Amino acid sequence: MTRHRGRGMASINYPIGMNLGGDPSQALVHSNPSGKFTVALSSIDLGQGMKSVTRQICAETLGVPVEDVYVDTADSDTGPHCMGSFASRGTHRVGNAVMAAAREARGVMMEAAAEELEVNAADLETDGRGNIHVKGAPHRSISTKDVAIAAQFKQGKTISGRGIFLVPLSDVDPETGEMSPATCYAHACLVAEVEVDDETGEVAMVRMDSAYELGRALNPRLVEQQLVGGAWMGVSHALYETPEPYYPDPVHGPRDFVEYLMPGPGDICPHDIAVLERPAPDGPFGGKGPGEMCANPVLPAVANAIFNAVGVRIDDLPITPEKVLRAIKAQGGARPQARR
Amino acid sequence: MTKIPLQFRHNGRDVAIFVDGGTNLLVALRELIGDMTPKFGCGQGGCGTCSVLIDGELHLSCLTLAETVAGRSVETLDGMKQGPNLHPLQRAFADNFAAQCGYCTPGMLMAAKALLDRNPSPSRTEVIEAISGNICRCTGYEPIINAILAAAGGRASA
Repeated sequence: MTRHRGRGMASINYPIGMNLGGDPSQALVHSNPSGKFTVALSSIDLGQGMKSVTRQICAETLGVPVEDVYVDTADSDTGPHCMGSFASRGTHRVGNAVMAAAREARGVMMEAAAEELEVNAADLETDGRGNIHVKGAPHRSISTKDVAIAAQFKQGKTISGRGIFLVPLSDVDPETGEMSPATCYAHACLVAEVEVDDETGEVAMVRMDSAYELGRALNPRLVEQQLVGGAWMGVSHALYETPEPYYPDPVHGPRDFVEYLMPGPGDICPHDIAVLERPAPDGPFGGKGPGEMCANPVLPAVANAIFNAVGVRIDDLPITPEKVLRAIKAQGGARPQARR
Repeated sequence: MTKIPLQFRHNGRDVAIFVDGGTNLLVALRELIGDMTPKFGCGQGGCGTCSVLIDGELHLSCLTLAETVAGRSVETLDGMKQGPNLHPLQRAFADNFAAQCGYCTPGMLMAAKALLDRNPSPSRTEVIEAISGNICRCTGYEPIINAILAAAGGRASA
């Protein structure tokens, strides 16, 4: 029995969003009389951090503290329309919609403040701590709360804004099939190192090194968290997870967590991540988003690493010990490839 | 069906409820006591998100018959906070971004508490072993392990 080490690499260009129907998402922003703001979305936060990122984007655009913004998501009965949380589109598409809505709401807020301070709205600025004051004269100031109260009870204004992200639908060229499904792309490269046991066919992860270019990381800790966890979803798809191992025959399909293989805390390996920030011109504050590509480069990198380790090329996922063993047997033993 | 009277300590407070024979502890906690911190994941002991401490020992509440905790002490995540202050483990989970979707978090915290209560300065391997019955579907094990180690370190130096 020998354990063979192998290293494999994969690079991807990953589209942010998609073409379907112009990929629209809407956002509505309004203040209540306490001077706090609510962002209404139908977009869903399923752990990727949509609520945190849209909250930051709204607060930054309005010029108010992040604590003063509440994000209300995921009710498609009452919220404005959203295509959904998929296609790595959340930060970029929904973020752009929130930014547009917050910009409009900020316009109303500044007009209302201008009326109270008896100045021109163009001469006002926000301090990011919940106050609006005359540029160069911080003492000529009013709190966003007092502005909201004045708008509600005196001026008869709603401090609110509407935002939508929509791109023109890209038609397919009838000659070439060419189209432009996305407005921007994120990029990644991942190197996986594995150890393949030629007696059992088992593949163990040794380490991963990756570089991700995803526009500006609007919330660097959430980005890192998503990349750490997402890479392991990729490993899981590469090595463990399958609903029907003998597709299409469902007889041996897993029925529960006990039979459905997933990585546990004991399977993880060191993963060194470099995040490169090149702000996207059409992204909210330059953000594109890690999204699905945190998992995707792992699969080909692991398959390549297995080839490098034992010389078998497996193109059917997941790469189970059985497939590795059969392939090694078919070629008459492990054939480690050159290591670079 | 006859209801069975059941008394036990729930996070330091005496509770008395009536349960149907065969009711599991998870259902008793969530539906009869209203403590929603233990989560229902798989209902068959495969995911660990329903973990609670019974007399200080880690148990899967979905596989525990409610009537077996009569007279015993049941701790859930709901009782982990000390007044207005987060437990050091909760603080460490927040500081280390150890929750993504959050569904595994209650079970992870209870498994971690069970570990630190009996072993205040565990090794990384011991931490991994302690949470190996808990599935994190966001696969965020790395920050969870780091958070538990940080909590243990903070406690040791405090």
